[in-house]
Amino acid sequence: MRSHHDMGGLPAGRVEATEHDYALWEKRVDALMVLLSAGGRMSTDELRKNIEALGPAAYDRMTYYERWMHSISQTLIQRGVITVDELGRKMARVEARRQGEGEGP
Amino acid sequence: MIAASTAGVAARFRTGDRVTVRWADVPGHIRTPWYIRGRTGVIERLCGAYPNPEELAYARSGLPARPLYRVRFAQAAVWPDYAGSAADTLDVEIYEHWLEPA
Repeated sequence: MRSHHDMGGLPAGRVEATEHDYALWEKRVDALMVLLSAGGRMSTDELRKNIEALGPAAYDRMTYYERWMHSISQTLIQRGVITVDELGRKMARVEARRQGEGEGP
Repeated sequence: MIAASTAGVAARFRTGDRVTVRWADVPGHIRTPWYIRGRTGVIERLCGAYPNPEELAYARSGLPARPLYRVRFAQAAVWPDYAGSAADTLDVEIYEHWLEPA
């Protein structure tokens, strides 16, 4: 079955080639991948495999670095570097911190 | 970027050989685009040999390294409704295990 990402030759609209600045979190995701690769924790091919495994709706909805973050999380869980529970608890702590910042001091 | 070296690569095909891309429907991280499977082209060059990305995608070594070729196709042979020049070509880099003699 053709994977959703493998869309070469399918009808599509115009490509919008607009430049944009990267958000800090996007730079951090990129840096995280550089460090994981250099440390032998993850290969570029694992990054791609777990991006390409996304369902069509999620693939289309996510931005470039959101796909990376999804894939890095999946790969580190699959490799046993982190557990699902660790990731879930950390995400909850980050979310709580963000909520606190939003409410001000 | 890994420097491409073709010295010492045990390659099945030579520049100018006609090859057909295998039609295969396999899961995982496949670098052979869907649209080129089953099409016939000509070996443009041997690029080198690299660990197999299909195996690297599952955290394995990908060894032995697989020869990688640049294969040239006539655009008209790839797209049934191609309206451009008959001289237009398309190059795709394809691993040896995806190619058969045409």
